[in-house]
Amino acid sequence: MIARIVQDAPVQTLAAEAASGTPEIIWSAIAPNLILMLGGVLLLTVVSLLRGKSPSWFPAVWTVVTASLALIALIPLWARVQDEGAQTVMAGAVGLDGFSLFVTGIICLSVIMGALLLEGYVRREGLEGAEWYVLLLLSASGGVTMASANDLIVMFIGLEILSVAAYVLTAMHSKRISSQEAGLKYFVLGAFSSAFLLYGIALTYGATGSTNLVRIQRFLSDTVLTQNGLLLAGFAFMLVGFGFKIGAAPFHTWAPDVYQGAPSPVTAYMASGIKAAGFAGLLRVFVVTFGPTYGADWRPMVYALAVLSLLVGSFMAIVQTNVKRMLAYSSISHAGFILVAVEASSTQGTSAALFYLLAYTFMVTGSFAIVTIMGRTGDGTHALDDYRGLGRARPGLALIFTVFLLAQAGVPFTAGFLSKFYVINSVVAEGQYALAVIAMVSAVVAAFLYLRVVVAMYFSEDAAAELMESKIKIPVGASIALVIAVVGTLWLGILPGAVTNLANDAVAQLVAFKS
Amino acid sequence: MIGTLLNSSTQILASKVAEEATSVSDFPVIPALIITPLIGAVIIALIPRSRSDLYKQIAVITSVITGAFSIAMLVAFKTEDSGYQFVIDQPWISDLGISLHFGVDGISLFLMVLTGVIFPIALLGAKVDHDPKPYYGWLMVLMAASMGVFSSLDLVLFFAFFELVLVPMYFLIGLWGHSNRVYAATKFFLYTMLGSAFMLVGLVSLAVLNARAMGGPITFDLVEIAKNQAISVTAGRWIFCAFAVAFAVKVPLFPLHTWLPDAHTEAPTAGSVILAAVMLKLGTYGFIRFGLDLFPEASHWAAPVMMTLGVIGIIYGAICATMQKDLKRLVAYSSIAHLGFIVLGVFAFSVQGLEGSILIMVNHGISTGALFLLVGWIYERRHTRQIAELSGLQKVAPIFAGVFTLVMLSSIGVPGLNGFPGEFLVLLGSFASARWWGVVAVSGVILAALYLLWAYQRVFHGPVTEPNKGFRELRLTEGLVIAPLLVLIVFLGLYPKPMLDRIEPSVERLLAHVDAEVDGFELREVKFVAPLPGEVEAGHTEAGHTEAGKTEAGHTEGKP
Repeated sequence: MIARIVQDAPVQTLAAEAASGTPEIIWSAIAPNLILMLGGVLLLTVVSLLRGKSPSWFPAVWTVVTASLALIALIPLWARVQDEGAQTVMAGAVGLDGFSLFVTGIICLSVIMGALLLEGYVRREGLEGAEWYVLLLLSASGGVTMASANDLIVMFIGLEILSVAAYVLTAMHSKRISSQEAGLKYFVLGAFSSAFLLYGIALTYGATGSTNLVRIQRFLSDTVLTQNGLLLAGFAFMLVGFGFKIGAAPFHTWAPDVYQGAPSPVTAYMASGIKAAGFAGLLRVFVVTFGPTYGADWRPMVYALAVLSLLVGSFMAIVQTNVKRMLAYSSISHAGFILVAVEASSTQGTSAALFYLLAYTFMVTGSFAIVTIMGRTGDGTHALDDYRGLGRARPGLALIFTVFLLAQAGVPFTAGFLSKFYVINSVVAEGQYALAVIAMVSAVVAAFLYLRVVVAMYFSEDAAAELMESKIKIPVGASIALVIAVVGTLWLGILPGAVTNLANDAVAQLVAFKS
Repeated sequence: MIGTLLNSSTQILASKVAEEATSVSDFPVIPALIITPLIGAVIIALIPRSRSDLYKQIAVITSVITGAFSIAMLVAFKTEDSGYQFVIDQPWISDLGISLHFGVDGISLFLMVLTGVIFPIALLGAKVDHDPKPYYGWLMVLMAASMGVFSSLDLVLFFAFFELVLVPMYFLIGLWGHSNRVYAATKFFLYTMLGSAFMLVGLVSLAVLNARAMGGPITFDLVEIAKNQAISVTAGRWIFCAFAVAFAVKVPLFPLHTWLPDAHTEAPTAGSVILAAVMLKLGTYGFIRFGLDLFPEASHWAAPVMMTLGVIGIIYGAICATMQKDLKRLVAYSSIAHLGFIVLGVFAFSVQGLEGSILIMVNHGISTGALFLLVGWIYERRHTRQIAELSGLQKVAPIFAGVFTLVMLSSIGVPGLNGFPGEFLVLLGSFASARWWGVVAVSGVILAALYLLWAYQRVFHGPVTEPNKGFRELRLTEGLVIAPLLVLIVFLGLYPKPMLDRIEPSVERLLAHVDAEVDGFELREVKFVAPLPGEVEAGHTEAGHTEAGKTEAGHTEGKP
């Protein structure tokens, strides 16, 4: 049913313009999306048919396999895009380009990480069930739809599929009241922000006469609007909608509560996959579509969002005492950093944002993997004091967490350094020196936050005995996730050449209007 | 262990002799200097905790091998060559013109050798009371990063190593330091990172503007950008300031120095030794390599301010040192004074000043490293560093006192020991180009004698109080550990010419570069009244001026 909506939407919007009935559907072009979606639906069916006779690891393995298949399906598409160039399918509603494929890859990766973490988590919490994984796959499918949408309506539908599943996932921990509170909060505020986005889309349609991004772009470059108030209002409303999804200040207030309340593996997915999808939408709408013509109008808005996110994220983070909340604020400041790259509004900035999103996926899912493990039964021990003496009790775990924290602080030879470097590079190339300095200085403030966790883990030994006694189990899934995250974090830091080229190639093949 | 050292060094020397110098310059010595300690760190990480006795051995062996490589590099270094040697240039991130570009010239050579020598000594000379595995692991990472930072010729690569050294040092201070270690470690990390934040923006701006002016693809290659000098004067000055903040924190220069006394005092002995010997030099080295070479015009423009800050550092560090009650803190403040001399010499823009600065960088590393080792041994014996609680040590431990005296005199800058030639050349160089700064700086020499001799008097002389009666004499192992430093103190004091011969071509090239780029720049030097007989034959007017320095000190100081 969902599949039909995705296909029908462009038909409805373009009905007036389409001369001949239904457009041709090239299924192979949306193969990754189909795999994720069908994987989710099939999982639900299979588990229902088996009536609880399937082993508890089955849905997790299914999800990992599905997401891996989706990743593999990207390869022939990537080759096709690099050979034939960017193209649109489904009557121009879906863009098949390097950008969408790159973001799809990030989302698949984040699904794999989320499923690996969920496996041990649901067992520990006594909440086994296939629903977690079905929702995860469907949410990811929405994210991929959003990333590859070349039409505002399709993008909105993708966003809703992504979000509705995420609302439910947030509230899935039925034994914790804070999880349900977080789910409700996320839902109410999320629905509100979706309304803003939709309103912005409507205004943009009113101003430009189309919801198709390429058409909008062509219209704006061919036409000089005598009155652009409608369009500018559309920008502002859409920015509110996207700003909410990516957790940018001042639309961030949901993030700390939701990150803290949501089950930790879901938070990991939220911070990586949902953020990537949100940024994909933001980049495609603002940088690609409005960048060439109306950059001067929306860039100051993004400038303000970036500065606010950097400052709020880093300064609020250092006064927190809960590690999950700290990471929530740190994710706001990371969003600010990526917004700096958006503000550059250049191909360089877009590829810097893509690199950053991939690097951040490794760093943040790794961090939340540790948080998931440290939460112990009940998913409640997330205070900074609960990490005291970890360096003595579990040196390996503490060292890995240190790698993620230092990477987020931007220490060289980790993914965090180069992602920051590329962002600074892109924004300096546009002559925005002040923004670059603000970003770097706030990164130093944020570094203090990461050091606080390191200090708690290593430099306070009084609580070590207590930690030693409480057995911390690392499930198989979580340990695989940790390995992937560590390898990814260091690989992007030490041998970044291949991924950098990949990000640059991705941006080189972008569905856009070329005059 | 020593066998391994001998083996590796003889192998290198043998291969050199056998196949002439070409084979040595083909051997990738700089990557070896960086990778060897890293291999050590990996081995240490893989050894299980049950074999904890192996950690120190592995660390010592790998650091000694690295030290042997650095000495082999010194031997193979071509004395008269002013350019970069042992160059490695491989693409790293080709899309952005970032490369793994390494090379050594006379300016960085001795800093790398110092790193190679001081690490094994610090490892052997300081004990660790808990968690040996991460301790030795981090030290090895620190060694690799230090080697990397002195040999990087790419801006991004340099920055990466420059930041990377923070992490191991942060853990060394935070985990094995003294009572107030967490505060000191965090302060150290954040101060340096704040400085680096500006440098990162600066270096990206530099590369972007350089590429725009040259019309080519973007490059972060130091040699290329320094050669082009394509950016405008205003931009150059702004970017220089961004770099200068980072280096000024690291040096540290006067208003940004407050992390240093804390970090040095709270660090474990090995950490203090390495902080003083190696890490403080990152700032002054940065000023030469990334200040003078990249921004000759801006450096010349900023010279009065920088020299003033250097002189303030000399006086302020000395006054603070005089008032310290804690012996280790005293040594820490004395570093600020010494580093002030270096900055003065760098920005005096004369051959003698620059050479003197590089000499002080190395010799301060040797003598202050040795001082920190001795203070660490005092602390091991007495569990206090308070000067007031120590008294009469000379009577119970005369050899210890003798060693301390020698090191202290070298730190004061007594002629004949290694502290003298550098300080003398810096003063000579600054008299020629910036006389009044030199005049004020001279008082630093007297103040150094004041605070160190006074501290010596209080600690080693006087009546032997009850708790000091059991103060143990210098052990043989300790003596063997510090012996190389004592030999260097005397040798480099009496005969610094081998160092100067290697430093001079690079310094002259650097100043020629400044001369070519800065309008109205005039290289001012103190010319000797009559060249020494040997110098005329060598056709070298400036060479050997340290020897001359001692004999003709009266002339020159009266002359300018």
